Amino acid sequence: MSVPPIPARTDQAVIRNFCIIAHIDHGKSTLADRMLQLTGVVEDRQMRAQYLDRMDIERERGITIKSQAVRLPWRGRDGRDYVLNLIDTPGHVDFSYEVSRSLAACEGAVLLVDAAQGIEAQTLANLYLALDAGLHLIPVLNKIDLPAAQPERYAAELARVIGCQPPDVLRVSAKTGEGVAELLNAVVAQVPAPAGDPDAPARALIFDSIYDTYRGVVTYVRMVDGRLHRRERTLMLSTGAVHETLEVGVISPEPVPTEGLAAGEVGYLITGVKDVRQARVGDTVTSAARPAAEPLPGYAHPKPMVFSGLYPVDGDQYPELRDALDKLRLNDASLVYEPETSAALGFGFRCGFLGLLHMEIVRERLEREFGLALISTAPNVVYRVVMDSGAEVTVTNPSEFPGGNAGGPARAGAIPPGKVAAVFEPVVRATVLAPADYIGAVMELCQARRGVLAGMEYLSEDRVEIRYTMPLSEIIFDFFDQLKSRTRGYASLDYEPAGEQEADLVKVDILLQGQPVDAFSQIVHADKAREYGLAMTARLKELIPRQQFEVPIQAAIGARVIARETIRALRKDVLAKCYGGDITRKRKLLEKQKEGKKRMKMIGRVEVPQEAFAAALSAEQGGDRRG
Amino acid sequence: MAGRPPQGLPVPADGQLPAAAARELAGAPFAVYVHVPFCRTRCGYCDFNTYTAAELGSGASRESYAGQAIAEIAFARKVLGPAAPPAGAVFFGGGTPTLLRPADLGAILRAIDGELGLAATAEITVEANPESVDRASLDGLREAGFTRVSLGMQSSAPHVLAVLERAHSPGRAARCAGWARQAGFSQVSLDLIYGTPGESDADWRRSVEDAIAAAPDHLSAYALTVEEGTRLAARIRRGEIPAPDDDALADRYAAADELLAAAGFRWYEISNWAAGPGAQCRHNLVYWTGGNWWGIGPGAHSHVGGVRWWNVRHPAAYARRVAAGVSPGQGREVLTGEQRRMERVMLTARLASGCDLRELRAGGRRAAARAVADGLAEPGAFAAGRVVLTRRGRLLADAVVRGLLD
Repeated sequence: MSVPPIPARTDQAVIRNFCIIAHIDHGKSTLADRMLQLTGVVEDRQMRAQYLDRMDIERERGITIKSQAVRLPWRGRDGRDYVLNLIDTPGHVDFSYEVSRSLAACEGAVLLVDAAQGIEAQTLANLYLALDAGLHLIPVLNKIDLPAAQPERYAAELARVIGCQPPDVLRVSAKTGEGVAELLNAVVAQVPAPAGDPDAPARALIFDSIYDTYRGVVTYVRMVDGRLHRRERTLMLSTGAVHETLEVGVISPEPVPTEGLAAGEVGYLITGVKDVRQARVGDTVTSAARPAAEPLPGYAHPKPMVFSGLYPVDGDQYPELRDALDKLRLNDASLVYEPETSAALGFGFRCGFLGLLHMEIVRERLEREFGLALISTAPNVVYRVVMDSGAEVTVTNPSEFPGGNAGGPARAGAIPPGKVAAVFEPVVRATVLAPADYIGAVMELCQARRGVLAGMEYLSEDRVEIRYTMPLSEIIFDFFDQLKSRTRGYASLDYEPAGEQEADLVKVDILLQGQPVDAFSQIVHADKAREYGLAMTARLKELIPRQQFEVPIQAAIGARVIARETIRALRKDVLAKCYGGDITRKRKLLEKQKEGKKRMKMIGRVEVPQEAFAAALSAEQGGDRRG
Repeated sequence: MAGRPPQGLPVPADGQLPAAAARELAGAPFAVYVHVPFCRTRCGYCDFNTYTAAELGSGASRESYAGQAIAEIAFARKVLGPAAPPAGAVFFGGGTPTLLRPADLGAILRAIDGELGLAATAEITVEANPESVDRASLDGLREAGFTRVSLGMQSSAPHVLAVLERAHSPGRAARCAGWARQAGFSQVSLDLIYGTPGESDADWRRSVEDAIAAAPDHLSAYALTVEEGTRLAARIRRGEIPAPDDDALADRYAAADELLAAAGFRWYEISNWAAGPGAQCRHNLVYWTGGNWWGIGPGAHSHVGGVRWWNVRHPAAYARRVAAGVSPGQGREVLTGEQRRMERVMLTARLASGCDLRELRAGGRRAAARAVADGLAEPGAFAAGRVVLTRRGRLLADAVVRGLLD
């Protein structure tokens, strides 16, 4: 019996670094669970579902937000002991930069597809990322135990997409464990061993950083060249910052300290860094004593794509909100925010997110983990506005858009004088996968959202990939919900930034009782301004309860009113009877109503419920938008 | 009596009150409510604690009820001790009190007089459905000692009575009112309901006019409230009939208030009008002005000095408790000072005498001033230190009260 490889002294020849690319719900976490059990790193009785997903939100939503890496011992069919490093990747478009970094830490990828559903747009996008990164792909159909599974059909589709033969597609059931051992053997046989230079100066790629309350920042790295020892000081190549090393280790699946990490290995570093922005994903770690000259390729700051205002419902909670954001940022390098003031909502923050899911998660964590009641304004993209004078302004808050009349700028002096010469908006390349029957429905929707067809390909006889170039702003509202409802849930979506385009955009303000409410302003295409105004006023009429007086709601571009609705005055709000037995019940109702009132925001004299501030999102917006 | 009982603390078996609450007995008016939980049939809109013969089951019956009520009266005597003043008002409600034999009603009344005492000028009311009384039974009730009768007229439109599932014919209530006068009742009240699905503005005006023509000295008019769990609620949910419309309810209320004012009735509580100060219902004023009362019978609520309690709801469970000599109370609450203030504001704001501004905090006083500015409260009364609602304000009373409690 051979001795299992020891961290820091593992021969690269027995290391296999791989990840799993899968669509949400296609069973990635369950497959990871089975791998943990089969390799014996988690005993059956300690097993819990989605072992690697750490945050409550991850488990509840069934998604992976932050990536993980776990070292699995595996006896190959040749009798040798191998080390399999499973690098779990985030599964959402918002985190595609993190996905690409996770991929860069691997030599191979398991392409996991639900045998009852076939490949989805998100998987396809990540698959292309993996191919670009030069990874070896192992196609796998999961859920073959399901009665609805169609392994023949989807094996053919997968083979066609990645250019292999249908029999090359492995078949597993992560639920029952069937085929998982064969899959691990295939990883050993097919994924190339790492081929770094073990004697070169150390270079480790950061593919994740998490903040731990007790230990500070834990940085996940893939050693590419050389080695890092636990008593060695490290140097971050992008910043030049030097840190003491407090601990080096591997995850199996709990952290295990080691002597160090050698070329080809995957593990973690704890360096006393207090904030994940000092150990950013994509950066290269080297030894301070013998630094590498060149960083590993591909480091980039992910840029926020979507902005929204976050305000405490209760203005007194502003300091708590600030502290909570500061804490979240320790663990989320891509979250940006700066204070802003709204005439309607008071003090809050304009926050930038990688995408809508990122926004939702941050908001949910702020409410859940920090007990805050928040109002978030409708999300918007970033606009570049060029004035006649040649001056340029970047607009992340619609109320700062030059022209119009909404309740005063959030940042005095942010709006330059003069006329607007041109406005540029971000565009994306969107990919939709759908059954061929729905091509018309998809194209109609994309066209209506100012999309320009960029190409179309059949993945199989009845499934098609449709590519559009579209304004990002058209996607961040209810696009995905619309897409789902028009294709009976069959379509999937992915998109990536593709620069900017000039567009005829205007700011639509919303006025309550004749007063503009800055938090309701939105930037929309001139051709759609009226439609938007009608929809928003109608929606607000639904969301704002009747008050004791009539409340006119108007939508306006500058001084021109383009839509109007009126909330009729409430005429009756009284319980008819209040006799002996009614008094207790009535008092309790009153106590409850007073609590409810606290969750309302007063805009002038109008009580506006929190939901109204996100009204530009459609009613169905809360649902699955994870593409 | 509507709705499910609140959550509360347990009531001690001996029903003993906290000493602080008992001390308040001497200084406030005292009343007795008797709940008679029987009906011949259940009306579609009603969620009161009442039972048809078929619903009663074993362990309870109309025939044995008077004995149980009398037992609770004796129990009340022990709990209250000698401090309680004699009752200034007694009210028999239900249910249908007149389903009890007149002799039973008389016996209960005598027990109240014997154990708790009745003031010489006590107002003694009985509720009656027009179809459940006639000239002879009204004479009998008067002889048993009742001084006031409250008749459930509801409407004079046959199709409205049909939706409400009321059994009487449209003219019956007016005839009963006449018989009651002849029997010597000094006070006769009629109850009306507005906003029933299918009722038109004209139907409602006609009902109010017919009620006025019957010459009562007191009128109550209630917006139809669709209570969960009733047949009416189920029919509305299924879309068989439309839900009452708030704007229509507001119009009907205003119409009633105008017609009644023209006929010499003045509102003294949101849903109650009287022909003169002496015609106001003293029993109900005890509820609204923080007085003390003991509620006898299944599901009945009581209040003494900031302690509210309520009896078990089912007649059989009630019967077992009183037979065993333990309190029939199912739960109670001991109000905090702030809760009592809240109740005072909530209840007195519904009265024509209004809510004392001194009850309000700074935020509430600002809200009161705003209510005056918005035409919801009377400026004159405000200047004199009270919040008295205008007609529009009465229709928005709950919203105004939420402000007053700021």
